[in-house]
Parts: sequence; structure tokens; C-alpha cells
Amino acid sequence: MASVNFISRAKLEGLDSEEKLDFILNEVKKGQILVLEKGLTAEEQAKLIEMTMKKINEKFAGIEMESYVNEKPTFLERIFGRKKVRLTIIGPADKIKTIYKDKDIIKAVIK
Amino acid sequence: MGIFGRLSDWLKNIFGKRHVRIGIYGPPNAGKTTLANRIAQDWAGGLVGEVSEIPHETRKVQKKGGIVIKDGKSSLRIDIVDTPGIATKVDFHEFMEYGLDEEEAKRRAKEATEGVIEAIKWLDNIDGVILLMDSTKNPFTQVNITILGNLEARELPVIIAANKIDLDGSTPATLKSAFPQHEVIPISALTGANIDLLYKAMLRKFKRR
Repeated sequence: MASVNFISRAKLEGLDSEEKLDFILNEVKKGQILVLEKGLTAEEQAKLIEMTMKKINEKFAGIEMESYVNEKPTFLERIFGRKKVRLTIIGPADKIKTIYKDKDIIKAVIK
Repeated sequence: MGIFGRLSDWLKNIFGKRHVRIGIYGPPNAGKTTLANRIAQDWAGGLVGEVSEIPHETRKVQKKGGIVIKDGKSSLRIDIVDTPGIATKVDFHEFMEYGLDEEEAKRRAKEATEGVIEAIKWLDNIDGVILLMDSTKNPFTQVNITILGNLEARELPVIIAANKIDLDGSTPATLKSAFPQHEVIPISALTGANIDLLYKAMLRKFKRR
């Protein structure tokens, strides 16, 4: 049985980028599905993919990750060319599968 | 940066960079190597790499330099960087479905994971990107979103090429509505349909870097 853990913004903001990604990947490798209240930045997502690739083996096939970005960035976000990611769902690829996604809906099944 | 470096940057800003390195990015099986081969054949001759229906055929970055794209008096000298498909998961069992034996499937999976890492690292070494998406598939994938987010953060110019318009079920309009802030060119890298539009877009987008 898979469990879904909702991780608060406060918990994530208390970790630096590397600690955050280590925490996420360790939890996912244990079989947990995480819903992050504060999503990962695009750079963090890329780093998480890199870290995931290094951990893939016969028992761990990788992760399923879905997120939304804020399509209406603030003035400062436009200046710095960064969009805020609103929410991220991450889980082990063998336990969660996205079946549909558009601008507003993520539908996923948990095995 | 020394005075000559600053002078060089200043001249590049005025006259445009003469030689740019363009990465072809996207998920596995989007047709990246088919596009790289098309560009190489059209403007330089020769191929960049082999294509296959098995995902992760390209597991190392492949480069071809000295490609000059022309449109009238305008021209652009590029190096094409064909990158391995970016994915969040690599399961060796999927390769066995294509007839590979277990040992070969595991080796391919291992190489594929290394290829994904290499593709991400190459984002720091390129001047512009053609983000290739399969127009028969849902564009709202995490790989597409992650790549675009990283390109935007690095302020790299990007053209989205909606590939496979020769196939039934292709809906390039969906890609255009999904990414309205980016230029989307519907193409078929396999048949060459609309490829001239992509070349014109590349001249526009990548010339002044």
C-alpha cells in the first residue's frame, strides 16, 4: 500500500536546495508519494532528475513527477525570467502513473 | 573578463555571433536524431546518428559542426548538438518489450541514465535550443516543462518544433496553445514537411546571440 505525504511549505523552506532534493529522493526511494506545497524550481527539477538517474537500478526505475508553473508571473519573476512552480507531486515510477495532465488538472493513479 | 573579451562580446552584440551551438532537446522518441540528420543532410551532408524505434537509441551527445543555414543573403553557422532524450524514469523491462535480452536491456538502461545526465549538463554549453515535441502526444509532460523552465532561467532562445505532423493524430495546435509564449513550428523531420519554416525561424532566433 502506498502512502501519500503532504509536505508543507515551511518544511521545505527550512532546507537548502541540496537537502531538499536529498530528502525528496530518499522518501521516494522508500516508496512514498510526496505532494509538495511549494513546488521545485526548474533548476531543482533538473537536478532531481540527474540525482534520480544516478540511483536507478533493477529495483528502482526512477520517478514520476508532475508540477504546475504559474503562467502569470509577477513583475519581479518576469524580470528575473523565473516562473514560480505552484505544486509538485513526486513518487516512485512503479507506484504512481500520470494518466492525464493539462494546464489545470493532473490525474494520476496510484498502484 | 579582459578588454579583448569585452570587445568581442560587444562586437557579437552588434553584429551577431557568427557561430552558435544549437542543442536539440526533448523526451525520448520525439525524433531528435531524425531532425539532426535532416539538418545535416540539407546543409552539410552526412548523418549525425542512427535512429531507432527503441527509446533511448541516442545515449551519448552527438555533434556535427560546420553547418551553414542560408536564406537569401542571411546565413547562420551552427554546430548541431543532438542530445539523449530526457526522462524521469528508465525501466530496463521496457527495452525487453522491443526484443532485447535482459543483459542488453540492463546495459541500455544504464547507458540511458548516463545520457540523461549528460544532456542536462550540456544545457550550460549551448547558445540556443530546438525543443522537439511529438505532436501526437500530450505536450504537458514534466520533461517538457522542466526543459522549458531551465531554458527560461538561462535566458536561452528556444524554438519548439512540433514534430511528426505526417502522422494521424498529430495536433500541433495543441502545442501552440500549451506554450503561447514560445514560437512553435509544426514539422515532420522524417518527410521534411515545413522544414523550411524551421530554418527561417532558426535564422531569426539564433542569429543574434
